[in-house]
Amino acid sequence: MKATLILENGDVFTGRSIGAVADRVCEMVFNTSMTGYQEILTDPSYAGQGIVMSYPLIGNYGVNDEDNESERPWAQAFIVRHLARRGSNFRCQGDLDAYLKQYHITGIEGVDTRALTRILRSQGTMNGMITCAEDFSVETCLEKIRAYRVQDTVRQVTCHAPCVYPADGQQKLRVALMDYGFKKNMVRGLQKRGCEVTVFPAYTPAQTILDGKFDGVMLSNGPGDPAENVEIIAELKTLYDSDIPIFAVCLGHQLLALANGCKTHKMTFGHRGANHPVKELASGRCFITSQNHGYVVTPESVDPAVAKISYVNVNEGSVEGLEYVRPNCFTVQFHPEAAPGPQDTATLFDHFVQMMKGGAR
Amino acid sequence: MPKNPSIQKVLVLGSGPIVIGQAAEFDYAGTQACRALKEEGVEVVLVNSNPATIMTDKDIADHVYIEPLNIATITQVIAMERPDSILPTLGGQTGLNLAMSLHEEGILEQYGVRLLGTSPESIHKAEDRQGFKDAMEELGQPCVVSDVVENVEDAVTFAGSIGYPVIVRPAYTLGGSGGGIAYDEMGLREIADRGIHLSRVGQVLIERCIAGWKEIEFEVMRDSVGNVIQICSMENIDPVGVHTGDSIVVAPTQTLANREYQMLRSASLDIISALKIEGGCNVQLAMNPESFEYAVIEVNPRVSRSSALASKATGYPIAKVAAKIALGYTLDEIPNAVTGKTTACFEPTVDYCVLKIPRLPFDKFTTASRTLGTQMKATGEVMAISSSFEGALMKAIRSLELPVKSLRMAGLDELYTEEIEERLSRVDDQRLFVVSEALRRGISPETINKITKMDLWFLDRFANIVEMENRLGQGTLDADTLRTAKEMGFADEWIGYLSGKTRKEIKALRESCGIIPSFKMVDTCAAEFEAQTPYYYSTFDAENEALDKPGRDSSRRKVLVLGSGPIRIGQGIEFDYCSVHSVWALQRMGCEAIIINNNPETVSTDFDVADKLYFEPLTAEDVEAIVEQEKPWGAVVQFGGQTAIKLAQALTDMGVPILGTSSDGVDAAEDRERFDEILNRCQIPRAAGRTVYTAEQAVAAANEVGYPVLVRPSYVLGGQGMEIAYHDRNIEDFMRIINRTVQEHPILVDKYLMGRELEVDGVFDGEDILIPGIMEHIERAGVHSGDSISVYPSIHVEEKHKEIILRYTRDLAKALGVIGLINIQFILYNDEVYVIEVNPRSSRTIPYISKVTGVPIIDLATRVMLGEKLKDMGYGVDIYPEGSLYAVKMPVFSFEKLTDVDTGLGPEMKSTGEVLGLAESFPQALLKSFKGANMKLPKPGGRVIITVKDEDKAEIVGIARALADMDIEILATAGTADTLEAADVACSRVARVSEASPNILDMLSSGSVDLVINTPTHGRKNDTDGFKIRRSAVEHSVGCCTAIDTARAMLTVRTQGRSADLRPIDITTI
Repeated sequence: MKATLILENGDVFTGRSIGAVADRVCEMVFNTSMTGYQEILTDPSYAGQGIVMSYPLIGNYGVNDEDNESERPWAQAFIVRHLARRGSNFRCQGDLDAYLKQYHITGIEGVDTRALTRILRSQGTMNGMITCAEDFSVETCLEKIRAYRVQDTVRQVTCHAPCVYPADGQQKLRVALMDYGFKKNMVRGLQKRGCEVTVFPAYTPAQTILDGKFDGVMLSNGPGDPAENVEIIAELKTLYDSDIPIFAVCLGHQLLALANGCKTHKMTFGHRGANHPVKELASGRCFITSQNHGYVVTPESVDPAVAKISYVNVNEGSVEGLEYVRPNCFTVQFHPEAAPGPQDTATLFDHFVQMMKGGAR
Repeated sequence: MPKNPSIQKVLVLGSGPIVIGQAAEFDYAGTQACRALKEEGVEVVLVNSNPATIMTDKDIADHVYIEPLNIATITQVIAMERPDSILPTLGGQTGLNLAMSLHEEGILEQYGVRLLGTSPESIHKAEDRQGFKDAMEELGQPCVVSDVVENVEDAVTFAGSIGYPVIVRPAYTLGGSGGGIAYDEMGLREIADRGIHLSRVGQVLIERCIAGWKEIEFEVMRDSVGNVIQICSMENIDPVGVHTGDSIVVAPTQTLANREYQMLRSASLDIISALKIEGGCNVQLAMNPESFEYAVIEVNPRVSRSSALASKATGYPIAKVAAKIALGYTLDEIPNAVTGKTTACFEPTVDYCVLKIPRLPFDKFTTASRTLGTQMKATGEVMAISSSFEGALMKAIRSLELPVKSLRMAGLDELYTEEIEERLSRVDDQRLFVVSEALRRGISPETINKITKMDLWFLDRFANIVEMENRLGQGTLDADTLRTAKEMGFADEWIGYLSGKTRKEIKALRESCGIIPSFKMVDTCAAEFEAQTPYYYSTFDAENEALDKPGRDSSRRKVLVLGSGPIRIGQGIEFDYCSVHSVWALQRMGCEAIIINNNPETVSTDFDVADKLYFEPLTAEDVEAIVEQEKPWGAVVQFGGQTAIKLAQALTDMGVPILGTSSDGVDAAEDRERFDEILNRCQIPRAAGRTVYTAEQAVAAANEVGYPVLVRPSYVLGGQGMEIAYHDRNIEDFMRIINRTVQEHPILVDKYLMGRELEVDGVFDGEDILIPGIMEHIERAGVHSGDSISVYPSIHVEEKHKEIILRYTRDLAKALGVIGLINIQFILYNDEVYVIEVNPRSSRTIPYISKVTGVPIIDLATRVMLGEKLKDMGYGVDIYPEGSLYAVKMPVFSFEKLTDVDTGLGPEMKSTGEVLGLAESFPQALLKSFKGANMKLPKPGGRVIITVKDEDKAEIVGIARALADMDIEILATAGTADTLEAADVACSRVARVSEASPNILDMLSSGSVDLVINTPTHGRKNDTDGFKIRRSAVEHSVGCCTAIDTARAMLTVRTQGRSADLRPIDITTI
């Protein structure tokens, strides 16, 4: 079946429908990872967005239950060059097309994804729409497209009740993970290091966390504009003012920055991929990281009396991490939990564990 | 960390002659690295014995030594040049081994030369079998169960404990020389014996056989502060068991989920971190397709064939970055040349699929075993880029220049399905086509997967192609089907064949549907950053990125340069040298040079070389797409060997002017009747000959001109299918072999003149000719010119003959309408000069003759093609004055890699590469070339076996006597011994192959023989005694002269060469 992708700038791409047959309006972003489409689809940070995969061969190894980063895919739409008709892997439990259909994710294949990427790169992230209709008016669609906003997505993706994940092996520490749209590998990273993890809904009051006598708090990744999460930011200020060790990733990192007076801004097209180099300023060492963000902390807004920039992006110098003046608090923009992407910064979890044990900087 | 200021003069070692397992990729890497070093103001001293390379050009390094790659020579160069550092990781295994030996023998320390990049300890850990195993164990990285042994008995004992089959890998050999899979004790004994012999340190590794696992490679880099990045992942479609050099390889990996992918990536980075590699490194891993189990196979702490492929596949210049790391820079200090904005500290990500297919030499070596295993056999490779796997595969197949244009191989359709099933388990170069035929017959992918272990995803892609063939075969040609077929890489010609239409009809049909090629850029970053790389591949997508930039200087004339495709026997690296020099000459003349090529190993496909690079198959259709895109002012086809010249007519038909000699001139040289007419007109004699099409006609023609005759197909390179026939029976045999490949062109039958063979390259501008030098071949006519030892200046050519050669060359160039290059082979026979063959194009002698004479032949030829005159160029006309140095070009063979190939020299070319010997006298130059080719000479007190055919018996006496006079023991088989004894030459008799042990073969395997002189009898039979003797010599690393003239040259070296007096010569001072 034919499907059409219409971009906010009026560009129209024709391809074949994949996944659910439905009209879908969303914010279009591109991801340059060559592996990990299932992890990407199930990353809650993509809530409200349509993903253009710049790598053209997608679905090669099918899907399986183990590689879900959350309970379901959150992306609104999936745009690929070639969708594999059969997945091949020893863990493969089904093909990607059926999976998309199962979760009502709409998609399109057979479009020039490189051209799409070049548009989003040069003109910036923009809204778009996939339609499977034969007859449609681009103008009417554009009205819907222009009207669309990614809004209140944290509320959509966060859990409704706390949930406890036991530590692997002997339990050494207890961690509270604030769920703004967490990825399961974050939990696995902590479990593996002997932490029992309690995942809390995003809007849990800070006092509840502090009352829980946890050894540390981790602030997860998540979707949308960080600045719209006013309630959460207020609670984070309370957490920050305590002495509980804090480690934050991606949206969590942005929210904590906002709680401490920093500003965030939307990037032209963001960072989404598995090859982003960051430099740790203290050591001068570079690391390849997995990233997924459209907003970033504005460097000029970082007050040295509050925090110093600890990591920067090697390509364009954007803020990739903050080390707070307040002891036992560090945050990064990239994803040390990877999944998908390189695991080269997984040692940050070790650092967090050390910190909770009272042995770190 | 910025550049270390104490590094000012660096010695770079090349990889020597092209052999199987070590080819043009090191010229690419070395050239790129030398340029990177010079860019940093470092003085570069280069040593490489291979004169056909670009890296040995005066403008690539500051001091260039085309000298034997051995300790003694390098030590002399170090003493003369006093470099402060040496960069050991650019010259393949040869360069690395040499650098390690220099270190171990204390020579580097003695002269205060430091090893740049990875430390010797790290190299040792990575290269030494046991050292590597220990290091991996310490790291917790799984290896395949294995043990290092130094004798056959230990090998057998260990194999017994882990169970057969086992893999045997010799330590410190390239391309896995001498390795193999042993299925039982008998096989093991044979392979282990050979492997121990070939290993530099007499060790082999016996390991558990994990054949059938996925073979995955990662190219990774590390700098001195410990930053680590991955450049490219690659997956072999052929599972573990086939050498990666002989495997079809896809990049990036296709069938690994993120979990497995990251697990292997992390393992690779952990390994280079632990080994403290500084620079590029290749990690090979095996992955169990049914679990997360994996094993590290090997690590190459240097640039390699895979790193060249990774560079071309991603656009990331590994050798250049490795060179800068060696100078002290960290990754984040090195700019990314592609984007200009970002740094080298990032991981390339691609938005296309890359496929590499090896080019195997079985079209030339028809008797060789086609089985693929752990011993590499490919001479070269092709790469293709597309937005789909199918597209890359079909393009790559087209690029191979074999008589197969798609997944259908002629002949397989005639086999019974049972035969196809049976052939699925045979691992050879045709397996891809057998698998496709099996799918065509309805054998399920699951069944094929069980037998071949090829991943189901790959099989599904092949099935997709087969399904499309069927659709087209049913005549379905709607716009959707056509578009899908084109995206899958189906050529118009192939679609036409399947649907019963012509190529032109298909092209018109698809164009009417708006299906036209567009071009995408290779930019290292999947379009995330704006890039300036002029490196393109074709797709059938909407957006075209190869459009001229606004504001392009329209006065710059666009010139298309066609490259030479994959390296194969007869068409080697020399043609890449010519293509690249032509690009540079065009650029100097203000033209925009656009190159088309498909060989990932070469300098020409470095996106830094031409103004634009199209990585595409060299077929009429693929070239036409680029022509329609670029609308070039002209095209250059003289420099890319037969590959390029074959396209001359097609380009003319497209309306593209051929610069230089027209396609008609090319045809006149190849068409027997037209050429004979020209010879008559110019009054130039040639051997009597006839043009025939059938075996009967050939026999009649041979009897008419008189035996012996030379039989060959026209339009071939490297003497493919050429033989000397002495009887009718020979002709019938040869015609049968020749006719195996489709004959569009006639067969030539010529009287064979056994004279002195001479060769010239010339540049002709329409009026004047410049011949840089006349080369003389050591082996008389009958041995292919590419396999002959060639000497410049000539030794036995009188002035009057030079005059004749000059006249003939000038007249022929004029008569053929040559503008640019002409290569002619002559025979000097009974004081008369005959023409054997004329090629109005570049030849394999151009690089070496350019270097030793100092005449920039390609530059001159290119300028002539654009209208300049030789008179105005400052190099004069006619024959260029001879210099004071002698240059000997010596062929190098790869026989130890190719079982069942006869090593005897004949009219069909067999060598894979060459070395140069340069000295003040002929014997000294010859000695150097023998050393460069690593030909061992018999020493006083040594032993030589002589067994020659009857025609050579008279001539061998003098050689044998001279050897005997040097106190060398002569062993001879009965016939030869009779001759020698009759001439009073003392010799011992050795039993023939067919006689009881100990016979001649036992002597060879005993290691007590220094040299064999054996001249082959006629015919292409693999069961003769001579064949067995020659093969046995190869397998036991005993030198073997198969032509009397080679033996005599060897004698000249032995009697007149003075090793102690050899001096390295910097060719930049000539």
